[in-house]
Amino acid sequence: MADVAIRQNSAAAPRNVRKRASLRTALKRKSTAAFLMTLPLIILIALLVLYPAFYSLHLATLNKSMQRFVGFGNFEFLFKRDTFWLVVKQSCIFAISAVIFKALIGFIVAHFVHNVPAKGQRKWRGMLLVPWVIPPAMSTLAWLWLFDPSYSAFNYTLSFFGIGPIPWTGDASWARFSVILVNIWYGAPFFMIMYLASLKSVPEQLYEAAAIDGANWWQRIWYVTLPMMRNIIAITTLFSLIVTFANFDIVRILTAGGPLDHTHIFATWAFRVGIEGSDIPLGASVSLFMVPILAVAAIFILRDVNKRGNEA
Amino acid sequence: MTSTVVIDKAAPTRAIKYGSMSRDRTWALRWSYFFLTLFAIFSLVPPLYMVITSLKSSAEISAATNPWWIHHPTLENYIGLLTSNQFLTFFRNSAFVSIFVVTITMLISVPAAFALARMRFWGSATLATGVFLTYLIPDTLLFLPLFKMFALFGDFTGIQLINRWYVLLFIYPTLTVPFCTWIMIGYFASIPKELDEAAIIDGASWFQTLTRIFIPVAMPGIIAATIFAFTVSWAQFLYPLVFTTSTDQLVLPVGIVTTLIKGDVFNWGQIMTGALLGAAPPLIIYAFLMDYYIAGLTAGATKG
Repeated sequence: MADVAIRQNSAAAPRNVRKRASLRTALKRKSTAAFLMTLPLIILIALLVLYPAFYSLHLATLNKSMQRFVGFGNFEFLFKRDTFWLVVKQSCIFAISAVIFKALIGFIVAHFVHNVPAKGQRKWRGMLLVPWVIPPAMSTLAWLWLFDPSYSAFNYTLSFFGIGPIPWTGDASWARFSVILVNIWYGAPFFMIMYLASLKSVPEQLYEAAAIDGANWWQRIWYVTLPMMRNIIAITTLFSLIVTFANFDIVRILTAGGPLDHTHIFATWAFRVGIEGSDIPLGASVSLFMVPILAVAAIFILRDVNKRGNEA
Repeated sequence: MTSTVVIDKAAPTRAIKYGSMSRDRTWALRWSYFFLTLFAIFSLVPPLYMVITSLKSSAEISAATNPWWIHHPTLENYIGLLTSNQFLTFFRNSAFVSIFVVTITMLISVPAAFALARMRFWGSATLATGVFLTYLIPDTLLFLPLFKMFALFGDFTGIQLINRWYVLLFIYPTLTVPFCTWIMIGYFASIPKELDEAAIIDGASWFQTLTRIFIPVAMPGIIAATIFAFTVSWAQFLYPLVFTTSTDQLVLPVGIVTTLIKGDVFNWGQIMTGALLGAAPPLIIYAFLMDYYIAGLTAGATKG
C-alpha cells in the first residue's frame, strides 16, 4: 500500500489544478454518495427511534382502549396513586445509590489493578470484567438462586457466623438492597475498565513531582488523579445514570417488582402496567417520566463530548 | 492520533528500590492483591455457583447439603437441555437473531460512519451528534410505542410481525447501530487524511476507498463493533419478552426465564445450566478477544 500512496502524492498537485471542473462534479457526486450511505441510518433512526419516541407522547394522552383523547388524564391518574410515588422514590434510590457505589468500587478496584505489576494486570482485569460480559438476564438468575428463600447459599454460609436467614427478596428493604447489590455487581466492572484506561493516561511524572513535594497517597489522589480523571468520571457516571435509571432485566427477574411493589422502578412498572395490564397509554406515561433525568444527563454528556471533540 | 485500541501491556512498572519507599510499595502491593482477591471472589461467585449447580442432580439440590460442594457430579442437566427440542429452538433463534442483527448493523453503520467521518455534507455534524443522542435513548422508553406500532402495522398491512422471532431483526438495530456508528466514526476519523486523498486521486471511487482502505485499516474497530453488536443482541431481554410469546419464537434469555421457571417447581439445576449455556457465547468471545472487547467498551466514551 505504501508505494501506491507515494506514487499518487507526486501526481496530486498538477492534476488538482488542471481538472477544476471534474472536481466540482466529483464534489456533487460526493454529497449524493454520502447521503446514500447515511440513508439507512437516517431511516432507521427516524422510523424506529424518533417516531416511537414522539408516538409515546401521543399514546400517553389516550385512554386505555386508545380510542379517546384524554389529555393529561393519565398523568392526573398517576399523580393520585401511591404506587406511582413509590416507584418514583424507588427509581431514584435505586439509580443514585447503585451509581454511587458502582463508581466508588470501580475507582477503588481500578487503583488496585493499576498498582499490581503490568504483566499480572491482564489476568485481574479479565476476571473482574466477567460480570459485565455475562448477559444480565442470565447472571440475575444465578443471583435469584443465591437468594432463594429456602436454599440460599448465602444464608447457608452466613449461618456459620450466627447470622440468621436473611429474607433477600422477601422483605421490602432487603429486596431493595438485593436489586441494588446485583446492579452494583453487574455495573462496577464497567467503571473499573473506564477508570483503568484513564488512570493509564495520567503521566507518571505528575506522581513523581507530587511525591517529591511530599504529597501523601491521599493528596496524590485528590490533587493529581482526580483532576486528571475528572472528565472520564463525569461522563461514565452520567452514562451509567441513564442506563441504571432505565434498568429492567435485574429488577424484573430478581423480584418482578415485589414484595408489594416495593422494588418496582419505572421500567418494570411500565412493563407491568403496559404489557401485563394491557394499558399501553398508562405504561407509556410511566416510562415518559424517565425522560427528564435522561435529558439532563444527555445534555451534560453531550457538552462533555463536544468539548473533547474541540480539544482534539 | 494513534490507534484507539487500549492495550497497555507495556505500562511503566514502578520498580524503584529506595529503602523505606520499597517497603511501602511491597505493603501496598500486598494490600492490592488482598483486595483484588476479595473483589475477584465477589465477581466470580455467581458464575461459579452457576457451574456448581449445573453439575448437581435435582435430588442433591433439594437435599439441602452444602450448596458450595458437588457430592455427585452429573451431566444430566446438560444432556437434558441439549437434547430438548425447545431449548435448541431457543438457541437457534438466538443465534439467527444475533448473526442477522450483526450483519445488518455493520451494513448500516460502517458506510454511515465513513460518510459522517470523511464526506462532510450538509447536516453531517448534526447527524453525528444525533446518532450519539439516539444511543442514549434506552429500550425501556421505546418498547411500548414500538409494540403498538408493530401491532398497528400488522392490522393495516396484514403482515403480522409480532410474536415472530424475525421482528427482532427490525428492533435490535436501534440498540446496536447508533453505538457502532459512533465508535466507527471515531476509528475512521483517526485514519490519516492522506490515505484516502491518495486513493481518490488515484481514481478510486468513494465505495472503493471504503472497502479497499478504510475497512482494512479500521479492522480492529470493526471487530470491536461486531463484538458489541453481538453481545447486545445476544443479551437483550426486554424486547423479546414484549414481542414474542409462543415458545417456538423465543430467544434464549427469555426462553430460559419464561419456560424453565414455571409455577412453584423451580428446576434449579436446569435453570443454571441454561443460564450458563446462554452466557457461554459472549464469555467465549470475551475469552478470546478480550482486547477488542475492552477497546469497544472504552472507545465509546473516551473517543469523541
